[in-house]
Amino acid sequence: MWDWIKIAVLGLVALLAALTANFARDLAYQVHALIVMAVAAGLFIYTVRTAGEEKPAATGYMDGVVRAGVIATAFWGIAGFLVGTFIAFQLAFPQLNFDFLQGYGNFGRLRPLHTSAVIFAFGGNALIASSLYVVQRTSAARLWGGNAAWFVFWGYQLFIVLAATGYLMGATQSREYAEPEWYVDLWLTIVWVVYLGIFLGTIVKRKEPHIYVANWFYLSFIVTVAMLHVVNNMAIPVSFMGARSVSAMAGVQDAMTQWWYGHNAVGFFLTAGFLGMMYYFVPKQAERPVFSYKLSIIHFWALIFIYIWAGPHHLHYTALPDWASTLGMVFSIILWMPSWGGMINGLMTLSGAWDKIRTDPIIRMMVISIGFYGMSTFEGPMMSIRAVNSLSHYTDWTIGHVHSGALGWNGMITFGALYFLTPRLWNRARLYSLSLVNWHFWLATIGIVLYAASMWVTGIMEGLMWREVDAQGFLVNSFADTVSAKFPMYVVRGLGGVLYLTGAIIMCYNLWMTVRGQKEVSAAAATPAE
Amino acid sequence: METYTFLRQFADSWMLLALFIFFIGTWFWAFRPGSRRVHDEAANSIFRHEDAPAEDDGALTQDNNTDPEGQK
Repeated sequence: MWDWIKIAVLGLVALLAALTANFARDLAYQVHALIVMAVAAGLFIYTVRTAGEEKPAATGYMDGVVRAGVIATAFWGIAGFLVGTFIAFQLAFPQLNFDFLQGYGNFGRLRPLHTSAVIFAFGGNALIASSLYVVQRTSAARLWGGNAAWFVFWGYQLFIVLAATGYLMGATQSREYAEPEWYVDLWLTIVWVVYLGIFLGTIVKRKEPHIYVANWFYLSFIVTVAMLHVVNNMAIPVSFMGARSVSAMAGVQDAMTQWWYGHNAVGFFLTAGFLGMMYYFVPKQAERPVFSYKLSIIHFWALIFIYIWAGPHHLHYTALPDWASTLGMVFSIILWMPSWGGMINGLMTLSGAWDKIRTDPIIRMMVISIGFYGMSTFEGPMMSIRAVNSLSHYTDWTIGHVHSGALGWNGMITFGALYFLTPRLWNRARLYSLSLVNWHFWLATIGIVLYAASMWVTGIMEGLMWREVDAQGFLVNSFADTVSAKFPMYVVRGLGGVLYLTGAIIMCYNLWMTVRGQKEVSAAAATPAE
Repeated sequence: METYTFLRQFADSWMLLALFIFFIGTWFWAFRPGSRRVHDEAANSIFRHEDAPAEDDGALTQDNNTDPEGQK
């Protein structure tokens, strides 16, 4: 019965998408309608061919979708790093904004592609895959909802493809980290609610009495992102046959909503979710329980209570009232405490096993990621102080700060999790090569150091150049002066990106050889096949 | 009183107090007497059920519970 409903719905969707493609008012909407039509038609044919087949009762953990998530994470990681490195060189060498790609492949179109690819495609897939792995293990229960997990996985990939292709064709709301247009937002909302459902459902049917702290962090990430996404994307489409929409709010309220969203995307997507990873994978890889479970509880509540207020520090010296930006600044500084509490908790998990940093490159990767977490959560509060912000805002210092957090904390903990997960998910005895992990570690670390250091130099330099006035009170430097002064640092930044990308490619080779180059281990209590 | 003013005053008085009490409450909750055993148990839960859900390896669960290092 269910199969017939699916067939009817998919057929209808394919037909409506075809009609939409015909009546579409702009290129992006038309291309997206065609993509949706192709996907629906493909699923229609697949469902027709498999309709009525007996499906064996599923037992054990549902790991197929986690395996798919690991592959997607690695794939989108490479794609995102590649685009990032390319646009870094576009800034250094503007000739790389090729004439024949004008309007599609220039910096302005590629930059949101890079940010969304690394945050939502690479980071998001890592979060979804790892959360589904962790929630099953810590609940001692199979994933709730059966194939709904596959819907979440493929639905999320469709969201990524629609978002990414939309940016290239100019379908954007121009809201940082929330660029996808209204119909893509609606689709993501559906996928996200299903994701929340399977995560909560698994927790509800858990066999462990306690909900492990990693699940608390994952859950806060899912719930808060749902709230942020819905509120920040309230918009009215200009036409149901076009990509354009107009924000429901205007002026400073609109700006405040956007940065409430923007900062909590950092706080709950890139911090809370990845802390969930930290609280599971670091103790597992270190083979000892987390340093202090009590601290982890306080870390959780303090983090979510304080982070949500920090957004206004993005709007210092704007139309936002002073009291609001002061509130944001104060909460940003208080945020230092829970952040470092969490960092200490992660690092001290290794107490008594510090030798593992020397012997286990995966632990080393996780430790440096926690180190970068500590560093960027110190730098962030400092930059949120109004006086510091007057120097740092709109300069490359901000970009350096974001990347020490993203490349250092999010990237490195994800790499650690991928190295942890791959042998286990594919039943392999060990990773293909630990020395390649070591290579990855050093390439990525040196890459980040080059990136962050060059951005500090260029950011503070341009901040000082912008504010320099002569004895008569005239500005000394033109904007173009700062651009030309930044050239060497831009080249260094690009090289840092090349190193980081090379490390990630080495990781992919290593993971590939772990699965393809080794025989499967037939464990007695093996993970059942999906 | 108009809605904005009401919400504004409610937010920086009673709601602030309620949230603050809840937050302080989490500290007392974390450090409540007798929580250490529960927390040790929870912290070690990641070392159980590595390969299969509880219903599939029920007998194994009990053995691993007592193992503080959780070595598999």
